[in-house]
Amino acid sequence: MVLSGAEIVIRCLQEEKVDYVFGYPGGAVLYIYDALFNQDKVRHVLVRHEQAAVHAADGYARSTENVGVALVTSGPGATNAVTGIATAYCDSIPMVIISGQVPTAAIGQDAFQEVDTVGITRPCVKHNFLVKDVRDIATTIKKAFYLAKTGRPGPVLVDIPKDVSMHKCEFEYPKEVSMRSYNPVVKGHQGQIRKAVQLLLEAKRPMIYTGGGVILANAAEQLTKLTRMLGFPITNTLMGLGGYPASDRQYLGMPGMHGTYEANMAMHYSDVLLAVGARFDDRVIGNPDHFAEEPRKIIHVDIDPSSISKRVRVDVPIVGDLKEVLEEMIRQLEANAARPNPDTLGSWWKQVDEWRSRECMKYKNSDEIIKPQFVIQKLWEVTGGDAIVTSDVGQHQMWASQYYRFDKPRRWLNSGGLGTMGVGLPYAMGAQLANPGAQVACVTGEASIQMNIQELSTCKQFRLPIKICNLNNRYLGMVRQWQQLFHGERYSESYMDSLPDFAKLAEAYGHVGLKIERPSDVEGALREAFARKNDLVFLDFQIDQTENVYPMVQGGKGLTEMILSAEDL
Amino acid sequence: MRHVISLLIENESGALSRVSGLFSARGYNIESLTVAPTEDASMSRMTIVTTGSDDIIEQITKQLNKLVEVVKVVDISEAAHIERELMLTKVRATGKDREEMKRMADIFRARIIDVTDTSYVIELTGNQAKLDAFISAIDPALVLETVRSGVCGVGRGDRILKV
Ligand SMILES: Cc1cc2nc3c(=O)[nH]c(=O)nc-3n(C[C@H](O)[C@H](O)[C@H](O)COP(=O)(O)OP(=O)(O)OC[C@H]3O[C@@H](n4cnc5c(N)ncnc54)[C@H](O)[C@@H]3O)c2cc1C
Ligand SMILES: Cc1ncc(C[n+]2csc(CCOP(=O)(O)OP(=O)(O)O)c2C)c(N)n1
Ligand SMILES: [Mg+2]
Repeated sequence: MVLSGAEIVIRCLQEEKVDYVFGYPGGAVLYIYDALFNQDKVRHVLVRHEQAAVHAADGYARSTENVGVALVTSGPGATNAVTGIATAYCDSIPMVIISGQVPTAAIGQDAFQEVDTVGITRPCVKHNFLVKDVRDIATTIKKAFYLAKTGRPGPVLVDIPKDVSMHKCEFEYPKEVSMRSYNPVVKGHQGQIRKAVQLLLEAKRPMIYTGGGVILANAAEQLTKLTRMLGFPITNTLMGLGGYPASDRQYLGMPGMHGTYEANMAMHYSDVLLAVGARFDDRVIGNPDHFAEEPRKIIHVDIDPSSISKRVRVDVPIVGDLKEVLEEMIRQLEANAARPNPDTLGSWWKQVDEWRSRECMKYKNSDEIIKPQFVIQKLWEVTGGDAIVTSDVGQHQMWASQYYRFDKPRRWLNSGGLGTMGVGLPYAMGAQLANPGAQVACVTGEASIQMNIQELSTCKQFRLPIKICNLNNRYLGMVRQWQQLFHGERYSESYMDSLPDFAKLAEAYGHVGLKIERPSDVEGALREAFARKNDLVFLDFQIDQTENVYPMVQGGKGLTEMILSAEDL
Repeated sequence: MRHVISLLIENESGALSRVSGLFSARGYNIESLTVAPTEDASMSRMTIVTTGSDDIIEQITKQLNKLVEVVKVVDISEAAHIERELMLTKVRATGKDREEMKRMADIFRARIIDVTDTSYVIELTGNQAKLDAFISAIDPALVLETVRSGVCGVGRGDRILKV
């Protein structure tokens, strides 16, 4: 069948079973928009800013097992998309971004709305393509989806000049792709896995440390099974929350800068550390030299060899898809009668429980002023712990991660690697579209929400009943906290003046807005909001302005040098 | 430590900038980088001379391997290998310098490939040290310009980089 390039693009998306494309039209993609118009399989979500299109597609991907798709025009459309692409890249999210480009003959002529999109995005994509011939569109898009979701996932950009989308050719969607230069290792090395299992069985102070890889590999079930078989303590990074049920006894909470005392102590003093799909980020292990002081054997499972031995030395590297590797570990354990020594493990747990008894997540609640931790606890109660929670970046993000207990994967969507303020609302849009019946909450701050607040309009158009929980402290709270602790309380430009009345603003967009000022109103407001099944409700919680996030490991310090509360200062 | 990394990469436009971008983005050193198509025109071979600790070199090879268009990477300096570089040097060659320059070229087994009344172009191949030695052996005041190709290298014997 002979089709135009634009029609081929849409047919490819249909073949990939894409149900939503998030985008914004413009000159260079007009043919593609025309092709979209003439079909109804791929639905288009018109955002109000290209950054939000990419974030929404990203949120869609994070909340499902699918590739997120965004469509933007050339020039400013593409540059607006860059923050979204980089955000997805830093957290290894599978996405395909299609951008329009000026006609091939105009490339390099400083044409209207011309930018070197492939050049600009090169450092923040897994791969990108400029399609110069209509006959290459189908194979390129096939490759793009394949690259996005295999190996270590990531965003892939396909730049299509306007004339290429207009030209015609015979369409046939390739059944498969093979690339001699790209063959990610899937199966882990048997011998290495055997070595790892042996180490785990002999460990005296074992610890399991898992990350976003578990979510990306859809391996929460395998991880849970293995962890229960071994009976070891476990921690999930900010990106790995929900990989293991947070309400389980073996779970110690999050590690790292704002992780729990028990998770950090157990990480640090473990003698065998099993790292699964986690990359020893600086926000997790603190000072790497301090971390290396304590001798321990490290087993590291990751699909990307470059994640292994990058920041810490690893004793047993295992490259492979961790679902396969975990299954193999389980198989080997099942075939092996040996189990960890219960006495040794028992005394390790006694130590861990002693750390746990410090109750580092305790906070002083108040009858007068709303504490942010309290809002999140109530949010957890009201939603039965089963909502999809998105967040922005700042203190509210940390409180959400600490006080909402995630028992399942793909329920917690946030920007960990790039830390992009403004992702919360678009993530919620993508998640709500992907999970129409689900309760979706966006935990945000008064600063972050304003970075993509225009999307309230998109939410109206697509009837997305998101519940926005604005933890409004009238401060760039995370910045203020650092200024208080490390910059002599000089609050340089961290106060948010002239804030809008968010409840009224939400109403102006056609939604429901509530302003909550008293602790006693928190639960009622949340219940009212979630009872409104068809409405977006903007809950503007006026919280304690000076609350800080604890525990905290200061940058450059070791994991065991935590500030547990304001009293430690 | 100095390392010589050879790689095969798809001969696509932009492939070179992916490699050079990787080095600059991650702060790795590039002493020299050479690239040209191989006998299979769909692939190019690149030789990169870099320096770094073992950890850094390990990351460099891993990061290079991670580039979607890179087919194969080896650190040829890990074992016996040969390195060659080409240098063209244009020198002033007048009066007694003319004879002296010819003599130096002969000693280094270089060839004079262009001759005018006042200058020579001298072609010299060898490893980096030999080229450096030639440059320091001749009178710097006579050097009009030099151009060096950067290193290319190949493993000795059975060590073959091919798909
Ligand atoms: C304000 C702020 C504070 C933060 N504080 C903390 C904190 O206190 N604690 C914390 O943990 N984080 C914190 N972070 C997040 C931190 O910056 C990192 O983003 C995060 O720790 C990285 O998580 P990860 O190690 O799980 O890696 P990810 O970025 O999730 O990487 C996943 C790893 O899994 C691998 N992988 C992917 N797919 C597979 C597969 N199929 N098979 C095998 N491997 C696979 C990838 O190659 C990669 O190495 C904070 C961020 C912000 C913005
Ligand atoms: C786009 C972007 N700009 C700047 C920052 C730096 N930053 C991190 S947290 C923060 C303050 C966020 O304020 P708010 O959304 O009100 O959240 P709070 O910390 O008060 O809960 C800033 C400015 C960032 N992460 N992202
Ligand atoms: Mg704030």
